[in-house]
Amino acid sequence: MDLNLYKRRRLTNQVGLTLSMLAMALGLFVLLWILFVLFKNGLQSIDWAMFTQSTPAPGSEGGGLANAIVGSLMMVGFTALVSTPIGILAGVYLAEYGDQSKTASVTRFMTDIMLSAPSIVLGLFVYAIWVAQVKHFSGWAGSMALSLIAIPVVVRTTENMLRLVPGSLREAAFALGAPRWKVATFITLRAAQTGVITGLLLALARISGETAPLLFTALNNQFFSLDMNAPMANLPVVIFQFAMSPYDNWVRLAWGGALLITLTVLFLNILARVLFRDKVQS
Amino acid sequence: MALTEQSPMSHPADTQILSAAARLAVAKRQQLQDKFFHALTLGFSLLVLIALMGILISLVINAWPSFQKFGVGFIWRVEWDIINEEFGAAIAIFGTVASACIALLIAVPLSFGIAVFLTETCPVALRRPLGTAIELLAAVPSIIYGMFGLFVFAPLFAEYGQPALQSTLGQMPIFSTLFGGAMNGIGILAAGIVLAFMILPFIAAVMRDVFEIVPPVLRESAYGIGCSTWEVVRNIVLPYTQKGVIGGVMLGLGRALGETMAVTFVIGNSQRLGTSLFSPGTSIASTLANEFGEADDFHLSTLFALGFLLFVITFVVLALAKWMMARTEKSKGAKT
Repeated sequence: MDLNLYKRRRLTNQVGLTLSMLAMALGLFVLLWILFVLFKNGLQSIDWAMFTQSTPAPGSEGGGLANAIVGSLMMVGFTALVSTPIGILAGVYLAEYGDQSKTASVTRFMTDIMLSAPSIVLGLFVYAIWVAQVKHFSGWAGSMALSLIAIPVVVRTTENMLRLVPGSLREAAFALGAPRWKVATFITLRAAQTGVITGLLLALARISGETAPLLFTALNNQFFSLDMNAPMANLPVVIFQFAMSPYDNWVRLAWGGALLITLTVLFLNILARVLFRDKVQS
Repeated sequence: MALTEQSPMSHPADTQILSAAARLAVAKRQQLQDKFFHALTLGFSLLVLIALMGILISLVINAWPSFQKFGVGFIWRVEWDIINEEFGAAIAIFGTVASACIALLIAVPLSFGIAVFLTETCPVALRRPLGTAIELLAAVPSIIYGMFGLFVFAPLFAEYGQPALQSTLGQMPIFSTLFGGAMNGIGILAAGIVLAFMILPFIAAVMRDVFEIVPPVLRESAYGIGCSTWEVVRNIVLPYTQKGVIGGVMLGLGRALGETMAVTFVIGNSQRLGTSLFSPGTSIASTLANEFGEADDFHLSTLFALGFLLFVITFVVLALAKWMMARTEKSKGAKT
């Protein structure tokens, strides 16, 4: 037996596996590092004023993020209202009606592309067809850009979840004489409920932190405003502008907002995973 | 006739005796509802297609004045002169591609390592939490990566990373220009490194998923003839999942090309073509984010032209990625 060859193979194996473990450690380290930095810089600026006062004018002291938080909630909320029915119905088509048809496979392919398409281009698109036509930035336009990102996420998760529903369940319903639309809405969609909600939560998490598409659509608003037809403050754009600014209190607020948004997004993600895991186990 | 023998005790609706005509009416009504529902869901799923077409068309229309003036040469023109309205996409394309390639060079080996660890060596109990942790890395919003890159990574990189690179790789003949110049932390290389950690979770997730579709019997036979874990990965798992792995890498590339916020914070935003990777540059997406607010007429149209280029490039990359991944699944008859 060639002992040298054996030793070399063992060494390669050990080196390879050690390196892979180090890669994993590096990934974890970066995640923890980012969280650590966010807490270190952001925690001090999270106070009552951040939730009650609006963004400060250049050079003035104090201030908070109330207008940006409300603006983000309104736009994300409206986006959820629009993209939930559209996404779920489109997902139902792909899973229940389209299946292997040409239309369905083309749509599926394009949806996958939209999932990873550069979000800034979606902002350009909404700017071109809406903002440039009505000649002012608005919360509605921001919501529309966010919907273009959220809908593909909902479509694909809904479809995948519906596909996990056993065919026998559908057949049982058909055998009782239920029409197809009733089977889709009352049987399969209901059986896949948790999975679909998971998809919605993931879509929400995705759009909550999106900045690029809002730059050209909702822009920003220094003042507190509930008018969706006017430029609207939102956390990501405020963070972007404040982080790059020369004012200390602006940068501090940007870190506070960054911590807030990251915690929200991570919470939504973990919630989605926990929900889905419980569903799979039960 | 089961319906006529219903017990009178049951719900009144159940006891209704339906004539043949009434039943036909019900069937017709349901058929109509079904058609309506079919059309409704089809309409919504076509919405995605329409949006995609709309994006392409609106970008072309808005970019038309710029295309008309510069033609195809727009792609390799180096000027970017806002005052004299002389524009070229070369600098932005170079920055986009260079930062994305650096990101891939770093992220591919790392995600391969992570996927190997998660599928081969990791204790089963830890697989789920560690996998989730990596997926959370993908969930962190890109603007956070940007802030992290600018305020935390760049100063450290300028103080330790760049001098170290210059004194090692920078001493070699070909690399001396690449790793030369002022060391202020931000630039194309820094953007590439930050991007690497953003796309790493996407590539790692695809790799892990395709590694898991390798039939256990293949793995076990390799172990059975005495292969080490590393040899199983190198000679069995990797060749078997080749196309899926490449698809995952392309998916990461697509993400890296279109990323805006993280890059805008750390690339330096300068419309100059530097020879060094330390020098500041710009990418298509960061040019859009920085200049769109102040742009008017022709400048705006040029920015739309840049957006169109970016969309076409990422579309091609993502389409190739999808095609590759679909082929793995089909040819292996795998269920994921």
